[in-house]
Amino acid sequence: MAEPVLQLSNLTKTFGALKATDDVSLDLRPGEIHALIGPNGAGKSTLIHQIAGSLKPDTGTIRFLGRDVGALGVPERARIGLGRTFQISSLTPEFSALRNVMLAVQARQGTSFRFFRPVMRDRSLTEPAMAMLERVGLADRATIPAAELSHGERRQLEIAIALALGSKAFLLDEPMAGMDPEGSKTLTGFLDQLRQEAPILLVEHDMDAVFALADRISVLVYGRVIATGSVSEIRNDAEVRRAYLGEEA
Amino acid sequence: MSRETLISLVIVLALLAIPLWATAVGETFYITLATRMAILALAAVGLNIALGLGGLVSFGHAAFFGIGGYAAGILASHAFNMEPLPFGLPGTNAMPVIWATAIVASGLVALAIGAISLRTAGVYFIMITLAFAQMIFYFAISWPAYGGEDGLSIFVRNQFPGVNTLDGLTFFFVCFGLLMAGLLLFSLLRDSRFGAALQAARQNERRLATVGIAPYRIRLAAFVISAMVTGVAGALFADLNRFVSPSMLSWHMSGELIVLIILGGVGRLAGPVAGAMLYVAFEYFLGGITERWQLFLGLLLLAVVLFARGGVVGLLAGKARHG
Repeated sequence: MAEPVLQLSNLTKTFGALKATDDVSLDLRPGEIHALIGPNGAGKSTLIHQIAGSLKPDTGTIRFLGRDVGALGVPERARIGLGRTFQISSLTPEFSALRNVMLAVQARQGTSFRFFRPVMRDRSLTEPAMAMLERVGLADRATIPAAELSHGERRQLEIAIALALGSKAFLLDEPMAGMDPEGSKTLTGFLDQLRQEAPILLVEHDMDAVFALADRISVLVYGRVIATGSVSEIRNDAEVRRAYLGEEA
Repeated sequence: MSRETLISLVIVLALLAIPLWATAVGETFYITLATRMAILALAAVGLNIALGLGGLVSFGHAAFFGIGGYAAGILASHAFNMEPLPFGLPGTNAMPVIWATAIVASGLVALAIGAISLRTAGVYFIMITLAFAQMIFYFAISWPAYGGEDGLSIFVRNQFPGVNTLDGLTFFFVCFGLLMAGLLLFSLLRDSRFGAALQAARQNERRLATVGIAPYRIRLAAFVISAMVTGVAGALFADLNRFVSPSMLSWHMSGELIVLIILGGVGRLAGPVAGAMLYVAFEYFLGGITERWQLFLGLLLLAVVLFARGGVVGLLAGKARHG
């Protein structure tokens, strides 16, 4: 079996008496979508924060591409290929959609200390950025400031940014949240393709999307992984049904 | 030409017109007034890089303004008295050398202040920059070698090769030329990759970090560049008044620069120019009528903050466009 791209081992994170992450071990293999599901407050976002580097786990290790990334901050982890989106879209609101993506292109090129050449006339920034907007279907909204985009468009824009970074793994925190059924469907199709580019750790509440997309599912309850397995394994797991899917076993 | 470019051009030409008109009608005092506007505008253009583009509300830019002023005063006094500086370096009255000294000195101090201050944010950043500037202010007061509290006179205005800076109109053009250079620098920075990262740091720090750019280094570089521009303006200000004193370093000065920018338009190219013109005009015309002119300035500032957030430029040119 291929070496996992991302491997979490025995992660623990407590906030006071609350165990937000309780001895979590899971991995993300090349080409797969690994969905992370669980009730509200189960610690899914907290886990994403720890992987991306915005929160530090109390104990445990995070290996990415065979390297322990525990000591790296958010920018360093982004540079080696961890691309994330946020549960609530986080963009530069005054910049147009295109400029939001251009910032990622510039970051990937490592050229932020260039002081004189205007970015809007720089094809090595505008062209790759435009190509990413086309991929997510936002090309005709390129000049609109991010603040004026619709909710769904902002989610697409975040994905375009992660794409532009050339990420080696995607951490997507509820990309379908608040989208209309039509939008979710389009996005589901898009993520289905995206896994060939880089594996996806997908936090999502939309069960239709999760069951349609996931190669594997991990169920998180009270910070603890209670089950990991294929879609059918998880669907038939008695403990999962009790704890999460809300059915009497 | 965009509407903002047009407005900027009109504002700059208006500033240029004042001394030309003053010369034509023989009211040479207004040349001094216009020179003061140009110098304060340049200082504020510097602050506008940190404050407007980077969202860094530095309440300590008087430090750099004053350091530039003392660079001019100290070098000139050594040249005048023919006393060598430490390490046997000669004093000088050549403006290019003085400006270079002002740039290097304010840049180095900004690097130290910024490296510490930028570890904080928001109101803590405001307070810590203020604290550093006040430390330098009190140091200048208690340092007797260069006049201490009484300040230091520059007996003859410093020289620029090939021109007679003693002539008011000529000195205005020197200052105006540097202001244009400052505006050019601001506009290049704003549109560059560096400017993109800096403005992103202001809008959403987390987003910048998530694409892999560490906000701290970007902000530190911006803070240093910003201080350098304000430092040059300080050297010119000392030459305009032929006098430098600790008041250039005081927190009133820092506040004044922030007020100029808010009046003119935060982050806008010509904002500091419009702000400086308005401020100096207020100071002169209302100051002539009442000692309490700052009360009216306060009311004006209140009106701008309440009803015209973008300042004069925002009022005339509408919201900023980022392409």
